[in-house]
Amino acid sequence: MQELANIFIKSIFIDNMIFAYFLGMCSYLAVSKTVKTSVGMGFAVIFVLGFTIPINYLLENFILKQGALVWLSESFVDVDLSFLSFIMFIAIIASMVQLVEMIVEKFSPALYGSLGIFLPLIAVNCAILGGSLFMQERAYTSITEATIFGLGSGIGWFLAIVAIAAIREKIRYSHVPAPLRGLGITFIITGLMGIAFMSFMGIKL
Amino acid sequence: MSDKKEALFSKKNRKLLIDPLNDNNPVTTQVLGICSALAITVQLKPAIVMAISVLVVMSVANVVVSLMRNLIPSRIRIIVQLVVIAALVILVDQVLKAFVYDVSKELSVFVGLIITNCIIMGRLEAFALGNRPWKSFLDGLGNAFGYGWILIAVAFFRELLGAGTLFGYPVLEKMGLYEMGYENNGMMILPPMALITVGIIIWIQRMKNRDLIES
Repeated sequence: MQELANIFIKSIFIDNMIFAYFLGMCSYLAVSKTVKTSVGMGFAVIFVLGFTIPINYLLENFILKQGALVWLSESFVDVDLSFLSFIMFIAIIASMVQLVEMIVEKFSPALYGSLGIFLPLIAVNCAILGGSLFMQERAYTSITEATIFGLGSGIGWFLAIVAIAAIREKIRYSHVPAPLRGLGITFIITGLMGIAFMSFMGIKL
Repeated sequence: MSDKKEALFSKKNRKLLIDPLNDNNPVTTQVLGICSALAITVQLKPAIVMAISVLVVMSVANVVVSLMRNLIPSRIRIIVQLVVIAALVILVDQVLKAFVYDVSKELSVFVGLIITNCIIMGRLEAFALGNRPWKSFLDGLGNAFGYGWILIAVAFFRELLGAGTLFGYPVLEKMGLYEMGYENNGMMILPPMALITVGIIIWIQRMKNRDLIES
């Protein structure tokens, strides 16, 4: 249990997708103009990360990894399909996003109304593929750990985008030097927020 | 078929190649492909390897998609593009693992993330789907160079100011700066400074070219 809590806290604060790895920066910069849209985008990312990482975990451990196919037949012990992982992961992500979109549309039109336009964007959000690749690299030992890691990373991303959106809403009334306006100042603020988030690195888990 | 007669390096084609280097830079103006531009710029060597990988993937993907542009049904085009890119990235990844293993380890997940690098998707969507292969090739090349030079510039400053080296060679030590009391700025190696460095590049670029300023 403690192990799970560690992974959760670590993936939200210390290994924050945006501030430590810059994943999903494109949508982070594009969708963070108002708090409302960024909340929608953030929830969509939590949702999709929470779904795709466990699925890719199963894929990795029962199909792709060396010796993962043993459950089919003993003779597959030496088969190593991990070079296929990029293409498999991205296929899973793209189809999952499509599936999630359809399910949400059917069962919760209200949620679809607020997430709807963001879901297709997510298929090419590097945070999603990045999450799966980190899951592969860090070799989590159980599917629960992988799911917790997915949810934690999503929440970390959510926090980051909502925070920057709130700052950008306020900064519109400030006197920023003209060449820095818009993109430039957003970069610098994100950098400063990153420095603040680095203080979490001291936490011993 | 009028553009068949067009010279290989006509003015229009040269514009495709030159524009993304500055005025229409994918990183600083189109805001695409930021993720990888920031994460792997601690040192020059991985940055250059990354720039070359993106160059290869982008120009080949642009040509392939441009060749298939009349065959792809528009409803499934995103999946088709992803498959083309992913196949190329797997190739690049295997080559890197075979020939420069240490750099490949250092880049870790970021080679795989070329797949979702929005520059590549963006150029395929915006350009390769509607243009002939040669033009798409030039467009891919130009944008990859535009991306590459930002990457290399950021990595240059971060490595020089953060570690005092270039390609691992201790430049500042040889210049004798340390004896004069100079110290490395350890902050430059940490992730947040990458963002601030790019912010400053954007600042300088927009000061020179006032048309780019956002209102």
